[in-house]
Amino acid sequence: MDIMSHAAPKTTATLSLADLPGPNVAVRRLRHPGRWVSGGIVLLLLAVIGRAFAVGQIQWPVVGQFLTAGVIVTGFGWTLLISACALALGVVLGFAFGIMRLSENPILRFAAWLYVWIFRGTPVLLQLLIWFNIALVFPRLYIPGLVDERMVDVVTPFVAAVLGLGVNEGSYLTEVVRGGIGSVDKGQTEAAHTLGMTPGQTMRRIILPQTLRLILPVLGNSAIGMLKFSSLAATIAMGEMLNAAQRIYFINGAVIELLFVCAVWYLAGTTVLSIGQYYLERHFGRDASTATAERSWFKGWARRPATPEEA
Amino acid sequence: MSLAVKAVGIRKSFGAHEVLKGLDLDVAYGEVLCILGPSGSGKSTFLRCINHLETPNGGYVWVDGAIMGYELSSGALQELPVKRLRAQQSRLGMVFQHFNLFAHRTVLGNVIEGPMVVRGLKRAEAEARAMELLEQVGMAGKASSYPSQLSGGQKQRVAIARALAMEPRVMLFDEPTSALDPELVGEVLEVMRALARGGTTMIVVTHEIGFAREVADRVVVMIEGEIREKGVPGDVLSNPTDPRVRSFLSRVLA
Repeated sequence: MDIMSHAAPKTTATLSLADLPGPNVAVRRLRHPGRWVSGGIVLLLLAVIGRAFAVGQIQWPVVGQFLTAGVIVTGFGWTLLISACALALGVVLGFAFGIMRLSENPILRFAAWLYVWIFRGTPVLLQLLIWFNIALVFPRLYIPGLVDERMVDVVTPFVAAVLGLGVNEGSYLTEVVRGGIGSVDKGQTEAAHTLGMTPGQTMRRIILPQTLRLILPVLGNSAIGMLKFSSLAATIAMGEMLNAAQRIYFINGAVIELLFVCAVWYLAGTTVLSIGQYYLERHFGRDASTATAERSWFKGWARRPATPEEA
Repeated sequence: MSLAVKAVGIRKSFGAHEVLKGLDLDVAYGEVLCILGPSGSGKSTFLRCINHLETPNGGYVWVDGAIMGYELSSGALQELPVKRLRAQQSRLGMVFQHFNLFAHRTVLGNVIEGPMVVRGLKRAEAEARAMELLEQVGMAGKASSYPSQLSGGQKQRVAIARALAMEPRVMLFDEPTSALDPELVGEVLEVMRALARGGTTMIVVTHEIGFAREVADRVVVMIEGEIREKGVPGDVLSNPTDPRVRSFLSRVLA
């Protein structure tokens, strides 16, 4: 057995010590011909697709012409406004119900669970249609001393779009906020308590600021998603961009041209948001809690390290 | 010798597991008391019961003229609303094993948080006082750093300053050096020695037998949720009467 363990490992060709090169011996890198081949194939495919659209039955001048048309730009303005309002509503609801999910009170916990169950469990398009037609259930909105109006006058397409998208987003963000709060180290709460901070102060000053930082990547994704989902409001006669485009192509028949116009604007919007998200994350990542807070949850969502030091 | 803390019959269970089996303890003002004992003996839980981070299942803690978490009314203990409990807790400074500095606040921000939010001090006043305390623990130069940029020893010194900022009547230390690299233990113990010399009342859960021997006025040794030995460090550490305390000490002193 001893002899075995001292024997040199067997290799196919032995290199004797006398043949070893000097320390400055040249090193040749392994070639990767496969990468050139696969890259070439992809470039070729892209060229084919590009050519197909170039020679296909699309009037590119029409796309250019409508790109800056007043109706489209106004529509994009509505798209941005709906997205911003719905996201704001979603964030508020997400935090409110997310905190309720972690309440000591079982009834509050149940209410938050119910909210998530209903609004995350049904399609957002369906929810938009229900909000838009809510007047069929409640003809009048009557709050003693405050409001007494016909529901159809209150829930305009804009209001229905913001409610539909915002309430739906809030149900997703409830879960995100719950996870974010749960991943802030328990020691932070204990430290706040030993300083004499009340539960409200602890939540506002210690837990939520750290939660916000943890869920920022998710909020960025929500903003991008919301910009796109706002196109669903076209179905409830809201004059946002897609709806404006539809109204134009019903008249001039340039269907694909106007849809491409929308695609360009949506891409521009989501690109700007992605860039904003990157800088926001980088800014907040700088002094982020690498040491104490649980990072695993955050890493699951973040696509890249926020700062080089964290990489 | 007036009492600062009096624990009476403290019991605590987690599920079916009884961690504390009816502990009594008196700590006088100006006294430094070290709690020693093997892992799992309930030392930390006892300390956390003293400031009601854990609510005892039985018994109570009297601190500086009031019962923690309760009010004596017609012979029974009436539980206090959370706001009043927090006010009581703020009179006990707590230093944690894992520092628990607020990760989103600077060193200075950590120290002024309690005084500003809980005691209602103006920012300028809180910052001036905080800088004095940071000076005292040797961390004034790092006032604008974030906790993630500090070493463990530096974090713990900031945590001590943060606790002192509330001007507590008693300082509690929960294994303050256990999470530190060996070469960083000294700087934290040095700050604690200075506090002890300055007359701060301290209850310290620790594994640092040397620190206990040198600084403590009294030590207690806990074994399996009971106090098995108490007295001045010289007697307890050199001549323990309880056989299980003797075996514990022989293991840690070896």
